[in-house]
Amino acid sequence: MTLLRRRPGALPWLLLAPGLGWLLVFFAIPLYYMAKVSLQQGSVDTGYELTWNFGVYPDAISDFSEQFVRSFVYGGAATLLALLIAYPLAYAIAFHGGRWRNAMLLAVIAPFFTTYLIRTLSWQTILDDASPVVDFLKTIGAIPSDGRVLATSGSVIAAITYNFLPFMILPLYASLERIDKRMLEAAYDLYSSRRAVMHKVVIPLSAPGIVAGTLLTFIPSVGDFINAELLGTPRQSMIGNVIQSRYLEVTDYPTAAALSFILMAIILVMVGVWARIAGTEALMGAEAR
Amino acid sequence: MEAGTVARDQLRVEPERRPALLRAGRRLLDGSVKVYAGLAIAYLLAPIAVIIAFSFNDTRSRFNFVWQGFTLEHWKEPFAVPSLGEALQNSISIAVLSTIVATALGTLMALALVRYQFRGRGSVNFFIFLPLASPEVVLGASLLSLFLSFGVATGFGTILIAHVMFNLSFVVVTVRSRLIGFDRNLEEAAQDLGANAYQTFLRVTLPLIAPGVIAGALLAFALSIDDFVITNFNAGSTVTFPLFVYGAARVSIPPQVNVLATMIFLATLALMLLTVWQQRRAERMAEVRPGDA
Repeated sequence: MTLLRRRPGALPWLLLAPGLGWLLVFFAIPLYYMAKVSLQQGSVDTGYELTWNFGVYPDAISDFSEQFVRSFVYGGAATLLALLIAYPLAYAIAFHGGRWRNAMLLAVIAPFFTTYLIRTLSWQTILDDASPVVDFLKTIGAIPSDGRVLATSGSVIAAITYNFLPFMILPLYASLERIDKRMLEAAYDLYSSRRAVMHKVVIPLSAPGIVAGTLLTFIPSVGDFINAELLGTPRQSMIGNVIQSRYLEVTDYPTAAALSFILMAIILVMVGVWARIAGTEALMGAEAR
Repeated sequence: MEAGTVARDQLRVEPERRPALLRAGRRLLDGSVKVYAGLAIAYLLAPIAVIIAFSFNDTRSRFNFVWQGFTLEHWKEPFAVPSLGEALQNSISIAVLSTIVATALGTLMALALVRYQFRGRGSVNFFIFLPLASPEVVLGASLLSLFLSFGVATGFGTILIAHVMFNLSFVVVTVRSRLIGFDRNLEEAAQDLGANAYQTFLRVTLPLIAPGVIAGALLAFALSIDDFVITNFNAGSTVTFPLFVYGAARVSIPPQVNVLATMIFLATLALMLLTVWQQRRAERMAEVRPGDA
């Protein structure tokens, strides 16, 4: 208290200190140790030694370029699909929800009330070779009569899209809901077509939601490995699968640490570029609300 | 006020004067938007329906994937698999403890960030945003690197540390967004009336920011009880509910998993509805107050 009386400016830092300390010790400092682990050589049995082996980075990239590319392709495809599915839904809830609005919002977050893994496993049931859904897809000719959905890129991308869809819907809804309806009326009064209202009023005003939604979907999608593991085969494996197996099964810590760093660096660069294009205000602002 | 209302009424009449064909087209579009919304929501709820349905499946094989017939057997003995009960207990303990710690620390941080202008605020905001922008696999792996480097044995304690870490940023973001419209005059009024700093905080500030804090806590609890990736890295031999499901997915998933998942779903749903109802009531009470004065 005497400290506060002498330096009132210290108060916000006192409030921040415990939480910031926790993040420093258990988020920032671990990144430093991960960097150190990546530059070590050795094995679990003989012990590790810091040899500043920077060669692990190019090696990791060339050995696992396939999984890296696949992660970003799957993540990108899932994000795009989620945007296409979520935008009309968020629009419908915000503008045509009526008395169903709250019920619909509850339905959007309902998947969060069940365990992520079990949700993904239930897609195994839905997309099983003998399931009615797959039969239907065969009937309409979407897949060949001897084809399957499980164990393909399609099932992995579909499940990733499903799992992160609420992260896309909620920010989109938040930004659409804030649009002043009188803006739309004004546009119609000025003889704007429905199409033009959508393109020149609704979509630009919901840009913060689009930015926040795509980021919140893309980041977990790229790093995910559960969907590829439960609904795919090793031919669908993503960089997350490699990191987790190198760390926990093969115990090749240096490679796993290097891969984690490369993944994080690529994502941060992409987020930075996206933020530049869309404006940091849109990024941080939408995320804050 | 009067003039504005009239003008808007006229506006609302405007579309009706459009040609009939256009009106029909517009109605069709509105209708299809609603149909689309219904389909999208069915897509969101389909796996949940499957989970609940298969908790009643009279399965005889090792895998609970194909419908065999209706039974209440599994609901009668939800804890028939002993390790499953223990896993759920671990999950709940970790979720409760990490929620309490993360909510307390996160609320203090949010208060500091919204209410004070200080040098470095932007950097702190960015630093808090970073864990949200990192894939879970990276958060889990780096924390394990720390524990490995110091020879810390992983287990219940390290899971707890990890959960507080990833929950903190979410709590800060949630509470901060609710704090932005906070009326500081109320606190000054309390102090004018002789309340000291602690009384002001406990009797005025805390009740006012409570909805935001509760929202943050609910989010933290949901994230914690559901987390698999970060937990998997730092669990050692401790098993949580998601870890149990992951292990079982490779061999055989007992239908009790579906029963417990359904229970968690219903409990969370009830908690959510209760919170919404309580907040609505609080809002209605807040609306009445200025009129009373």
